[in-house]
Amino acid sequence: MPLRLDPHFTDPDAAYRMLVDAHRGLSEADSAMLNTKLVLLLANHIGDLDVLRAALRAARGGVSA
Amino acid sequence: MSMTAPIPTSIGERKSALFRFGYRRSPDQDATTPVRRPVVVVGAGPVGLTAALDLARRAVPVVLLDDADRIGEGSRAICFAKRTLEIFGRLGVAGRMVEKGVTWQLGKVFHGPEQVYAFDLLPEGGHAMPAFINLQQYYVEQYLVEAVAATPAIDLRWRNKVTGLAPGADGARLTINTPDGPYMLEADWVIAADGARSTLRSLLGLDFAGEVFEDRFLIADVKMTGAFPAERWFWFDPPFHSGQSALLHRQPDDVWRIDLQLGWDADPEEEKRPEKVIPRIEKMLGHRDFTLEWVSVYTFQCRRLARFVHGRTVFVGDAAHQVSPFGARGANSGIQDAENLAWKLALVIKGEAPESLIATYDLERGAAADENIAHSTRSTDFIAPRSAQEKRFRDAVLALARTAPFARRMVNSGRLSAPSTYDTPLSTPDVDRWAGAARLGAPLPDAAMRARDGRGTHLLSALGDGFTLLSFAPETPVRVQGVESLSIDDRGDLRDVEGQFRERCDATPGAAYLIRPDHHVAARWRRPAAAAIHAALARARGG
Repeated sequence: MPLRLDPHFTDPDAAYRMLVDAHRGLSEADSAMLNTKLVLLLANHIGDLDVLRAALRAARGGVSA
Repeated sequence: MSMTAPIPTSIGERKSALFRFGYRRSPDQDATTPVRRPVVVVGAGPVGLTAALDLARRAVPVVLLDDADRIGEGSRAICFAKRTLEIFGRLGVAGRMVEKGVTWQLGKVFHGPEQVYAFDLLPEGGHAMPAFINLQQYYVEQYLVEAVAATPAIDLRWRNKVTGLAPGADGARLTINTPDGPYMLEADWVIAADGARSTLRSLLGLDFAGEVFEDRFLIADVKMTGAFPAERWFWFDPPFHSGQSALLHRQPDDVWRIDLQLGWDADPEEEKRPEKVIPRIEKMLGHRDFTLEWVSVYTFQCRRLARFVHGRTVFVGDAAHQVSPFGARGANSGIQDAENLAWKLALVIKGEAPESLIATYDLERGAAADENIAHSTRSTDFIAPRSAQEKRFRDAVLALARTAPFARRMVNSGRLSAPSTYDTPLSTPDVDRWAGAARLGAPLPDAAMRARDGRGTHLLSALGDGFTLLSFAPETPVRVQGVESLSIDDRGDLRDVEGQFRERCDATPGAAYLIRPDHHVAARWRRPAAAAIHAALARARGG
């Protein structure tokens, strides 16, 4: 399964808000830890090395598709 | 476990007198022209001793050289894996080791004061050997040396230090220094088992490339009558050693292995001083009722030779590859190197296989070394993260592990040594479909058996040193020349009393497995034909 880059949430604004809200009031360190745990949780949920590889490539700035 | 340069300290010196051996002059030293030997093994550590014993069992005489006159101080390697014990079993030396060793199979991982993960290594029955034993390397070496001393085909020469190696087309000439001065020896084959700081590697000018890990670890063996069970306990960030890792593991004679991460900035000389070591350990154990047996501070590297075979010189063990100690992949992989090489070299020396068979040693054990290095590097990176974000990932895994099962599987305090499955031209590709635990190219799984005389035994104990054809409930006995045939049947050589062979090897009546001398699976068929068995045997011998 390729990495989805098309809109996937029915309410993207709410999803974005949820991510931002989770970090409100956190220190840099706590915020970084929250993100790290989130990455691990979502990566396991996806459970697909190819998707993870494509997402990492995209996150590093290699989005071209 | 193997590591770079564990430097023995004065604390361990009294051990050194335990196993000391005398130098004896060899008639080879008086020869006017250098004497030629079929095999010279350099280095009488666990790997060199294993190689010599295995070759001698195959009727190949061996000269075994060592520059010391004693077994090394300190317990060094302590974890010996099931596969290693199976090899020692075939060589007739496992009994003493299992009896003396501490058998363990449970591991616990703590983060701070809390347990986050536990593993049980071998919940399955029908295996002659335990998953692991802990045994000081000096005991393993002692038992192997005694077996070597009882083997007339092995000529073990202490205080024989190789100082020169001149490779030729069909052998090599060694210059050897002794207390009586130097002499020369020629060898058809040289096995370099001379450890992480291999002299032979330097003499051939070979590059030993890899990764250095910027961290230091304190390793200490302490004697105490402890209240800890025979389990492997590993801590990330323990209350008694903040911000670092710690390991506690039991050995025989009330000796405990303690491993404490110190960080890159630690001063190794300073950290080895008892005034420094004792308070650290006291803090960990909560008491001072122990004595220090051995202390060392080490760093480690993961590296390997690009090729293990250089003409007629073959590198084995730490001389060929090095890993971090996490995972017990040093000595265990070296002993598998020795076994892999021994049967191939014996066939080549006897003219029963082409010399190209030795290239498959490089292929098979090179892939095993890559696998070990990959596992070891991952463990090391988890234990000693290299950047702030790497540490954050590690800490996040440990934090999630308390509630999320997926994260427990990511906790990595060392993935323990397991044998490799060889992807090798020596295997005949499967034509039938197979389920079960057995894999083509992997070691045959053990199983409980009953021998003809009614005595309980194990499948692996019934295999010999050569090729074996295992036939399951054959309609007619299968016999092939050059192969020992064993039938597993109610009226056969072995009875599969628990049905473990049938299950683990997915055996159906008439099925057959061709097993290599190192007990890896070479070929298997549901309906074997004599021609196919002959072809598979030829292939497994290098064509």
